[in-house]
Amino acid sequence: MHEILYHQDNPYMPERARIVRKYDLTGDVRFFQVRLCNPDKVFPVTSSYSPGQFMMISLPYVGEAPFSITSTPSRPGLFEFCIRKVGRLTSRLFQLEENDFLWLRGPFGNGFPVEKMIGKDLLFVAGGLGAAPLRSLLLYALDNRDLFGKLFYLHGARTPRDMLFREEFFQLKQRKDFRCYLTVDEDPEGDWPFDKGVVTSLFKYVKVNPRNTAAVVCGPPVMYKYVVQEFIKLGIPDANIYMTLERKMKCGMGKCGQCVVGHKYVCVDGPVFTLWDVKNVKGLI
Amino acid sequence: MRLFKLKRNNLFPFLRGLEGFGELWGPVRKGRKVVYARAKPEEFDLEALRTIIPAKKFFLPPRFTALKFRDNTWEDDYRPRRKVIFGLHPCEIHALNIYHRFYTRLFTDPYYERSKEATLIVGLSCVPDDHCFCYATGTSTVNEGFDLFLTDLGDRLLVWVGSPRGEESLKLVGKFLEDVEQKDISDYVAWRKRRDAAFKLKVDLDGMPEIVSFSYDSPVWEKMGRACLSCGTCTMVCPTCTCFDLEDEYDLKRAEMHRERFWYSCVFREYSMVAGGHNFREARSERLKLWYTHKLVGFMSEYGAPACVGCGRCVVSCPVGINVISVVRALRQERTTALWTKMEVKDA
Repeated sequence: MHEILYHQDNPYMPERARIVRKYDLTGDVRFFQVRLCNPDKVFPVTSSYSPGQFMMISLPYVGEAPFSITSTPSRPGLFEFCIRKVGRLTSRLFQLEENDFLWLRGPFGNGFPVEKMIGKDLLFVAGGLGAAPLRSLLLYALDNRDLFGKLFYLHGARTPRDMLFREEFFQLKQRKDFRCYLTVDEDPEGDWPFDKGVVTSLFKYVKVNPRNTAAVVCGPPVMYKYVVQEFIKLGIPDANIYMTLERKMKCGMGKCGQCVVGHKYVCVDGPVFTLWDVKNVKGLI
Repeated sequence: MRLFKLKRNNLFPFLRGLEGFGELWGPVRKGRKVVYARAKPEEFDLEALRTIIPAKKFFLPPRFTALKFRDNTWEDDYRPRRKVIFGLHPCEIHALNIYHRFYTRLFTDPYYERSKEATLIVGLSCVPDDHCFCYATGTSTVNEGFDLFLTDLGDRLLVWVGSPRGEESLKLVGKFLEDVEQKDISDYVAWRKRRDAAFKLKVDLDGMPEIVSFSYDSPVWEKMGRACLSCGTCTMVCPTCTCFDLEDEYDLKRAEMHRERFWYSCVFREYSMVAGGHNFREARSERLKLWYTHKLVGFMSEYGAPACVGCGRCVVSCPVGINVISVVRALRQERTTALWTKMEVKDA
């Protein structure tokens, strides 16, 4: 009877990559720039993903976990990740030096529907580590500035020391073609030059056309409820309010089932969901 | 679809002939239960209904090495052996169809694909017992998903050919088959009537997706959660449960790393726990709710049918009687005598 032929393509097979640069963003969050080792893959893979997608980072002997991509496909060549030391895999990642190898799979997930956002005003709200996936979309919008209407970026952190990409945002604040507002909950050293208070206090600066605005939020779970209330107060429709979520994932391809909520697989139906999805699928946030 | 008949005394030679494709596996009695095992045709139990573990074990084994890592290189040497699986009942084949759609949707799972490619599925008709309810789930007959399907009419069996590969297997066993006559068809119709009348367990699955959705805050879940042991038996024996985990293990003897893939269960506490200790589903009731929402609502919106095929494995397996029947009845506010409804568990 017939012979069995196997495809060489196995989506579970990780791809080797090299850490080209790393530095600490805050006390426990580190920034990694990573380049795929296979030169044929570097450009196609790093230029074709969507902001908001994630990758599985794999370290042999330790395991695999999902991380959002914080770089933008409009600046291909490298993948950037912003990683907090919190568990077994991330602790091991923090021991790696520049030029060490790690392994990647992906990109996975739906990402932000950028094509639906074209021509709209964009309103970003980031809290803490939530800045990581939003930075991807923000840089993408800035690199394609002509495609979008007004741009507002609101970013909250606990203290000035905990603010991710602090210097980068200080510089972006200088730009005249978009509005960037930064706030901290507390300022123990007393040298913070901008707003103080929770991120929702920055909504007083926001002036968008609500019926033609895409609002995006990412941050710690407690933040969603309050930020979403502000979006609704502005009059932004449910279907234009996007949030990106996280869950435990082992495959990234809608198979292992560990990210399932109701009947949605966060890895393939998400991680970006609209407020409409959240209202219909109980347990998403 | 092509249809033949097979004389009873030719059944064993027929099955032996199929060994030309690969190892012959089928239902074999083990104490009071039945398991799929590699055996001679004479050892198969043709009256057997549900095996302990469903046929999903042939398509993704309970545990296997998905990837190996050595000298900075990953290797994937998963090569399932060729098998003929005999004795799959319609519910089991329906479950495999769900399995197939699930594992080939969006990304095709290469391990599943290889096992599927290496397996010849030979179905067998059955007569229900007290725990079968495939009549209610609409899975008591099957039209696709098998290579060959045998219907047992006593002195002879009808043989359906359901796939190009089934057709190809006739090169091995075609010599035992004969053309059907009008009498065979009328006997089949009579058999169907007798079989359909044999279902004793009645359950009403009509409108279940809505009922489960509306019952999100029902106290039934809390009651069930208090009785549940989180043992995971329901998920292991369920023929449509697909979840798995991947873990890295070091093989000292060979000095290489193995990425092991094994069945996993959403009723386990660690299932939704992430680094840092946050658990998205800490309460047992939350985890049970996930299981039943996924079976009765999730698959409905994704594939247009519930992911329950009425095999009755959860009915005979759960130590406290949490199963599709008792949960559906409780959510419909019908009477149920399941053990969990009578248990008074204080603080769990």
